Amino acid sequence: MRKYVLILLAIVWSIAGIAFVAAAGSEADFKSALAAAESANKEAGALKNQWTTTAQQLAAAKQAAAAGDFDKASSLAKQAEALAKASIAQAKEQQEAWRAVEIR
Amino acid sequence: MSRKLVFAIAALCFAAGEPAWAAEAVNPSADFKAFRDYFTSRFPKVPLKDFVNGPYSMDADLRKQWEAKEEFPPYEFALEQGKEMFATPFKNGKSYADCFPNQGIGIRQNYPYFDEKAGKVITLELALNLCREANGEAPYSYVKDEMAALTAYMAYTSRGKPFDIKIPDDPRALEAYENGKKYFYQRRGQLNFSCASCHVQSPGQRIRTEVLAPALGILAAMPIYRSEWGGMGTTSRRFVTCNSQVRGVPLDPQDDLYRDVEYYLSYMSNGLPIAGPGARP
Repeated sequence: MRKYVLILLAIVWSIAGIAFVAAAGSEADFKSALAAAESANKEAGALKNQWTTTAQQLAAAKQAAAAGDFDKASSLAKQAEALAKASIAQAKEQQEAWRAVEIR
Repeated sequence: MSRKLVFAIAALCFAAGEPAWAAEAVNPSADFKAFRDYFTSRFPKVPLKDFVNGPYSMDADLRKQWEAKEEFPPYEFALEQGKEMFATPFKNGKSYADCFPNQGIGIRQNYPYFDEKAGKVITLELALNLCREANGEAPYSYVKDEMAALTAYMAYTSRGKPFDIKIPDDPRALEAYENGKKYFYQRRGQLNFSCASCHVQSPGQRIRTEVLAPALGILAAMPIYRSEWGGMGTTSRRFVTCNSQVRGVPLDPQDDLYRDVEYYLSYMSNGLPIAGPGARP
């Protein structure tokens, strides 16, 4: 009986351990995604071309992380990064593209 | 074939592939003519001076509503408040009148101007806060309330006077003008709109329930009472909300670029009468 209890405890610890590692990994993923998104948004800021939707996704990502939902938080941070990169691309493209629509 | 000839042919090919504007110098007077011609030929039935009335110059029904509203204009309270504020001395005994030419009366049409000493564009809103700070008073918010009231009064004393914006032959002034023009035409925000998308390409069209105003004369009626805002707003407020509406993060209300846009648009309206304060839906 004692042997079974020990085996059971070992299984429970293993599962808990795996879950902990998975959760920790997810938080690390979030932190990495958040850093990438914030860096891209900072670059957009230097070009004076941030989007409001980037800020909204960043705020939502942080809120999800605070609630412990790191999968959702990572996904939102990645969306924020994509939006920030699009705003950078827009700013760079518009450096010259505006001339094509100027009244002349 | 000699190397020189190869280089010459390559240079010619390159030049032919370049767009016409690539080597153009900044030319405000040529821009002015093209800008005016664009609007007057696109809207031949609109009298030139009527462009300052924005959406009302584009839509007859909206104009009727506005004319009825002008009997008891919604900006009247701000105008009265501005008049009183303008006449009230600062704690040091001086007043706004001491900061401006002609005691601040009938001068709205000369703003913004390029200050060669400061090396930057000075808008009326900025000049008012510079005046306050020089006299030991805290600056006002640039977007509404007191600033809108003061500029409403100053615009009112200038009604009918034609915009008279000067661009001195100073590379810094020309750069500010060009930066303003560039900002006006550049697409921004997640919706990928420029100021020109609405006010050059689509005046008279509706965007949801709004009738879009033409860019020609668009700042002549500032500040405005907007029903959408439920109150008064300055030129700064208009620029900030334009950016937000296309999902772009707005700049600070008197950012260099916003002042440069105001410089560009006001110069494009030279000769058109000041009509502020105004009322818009």
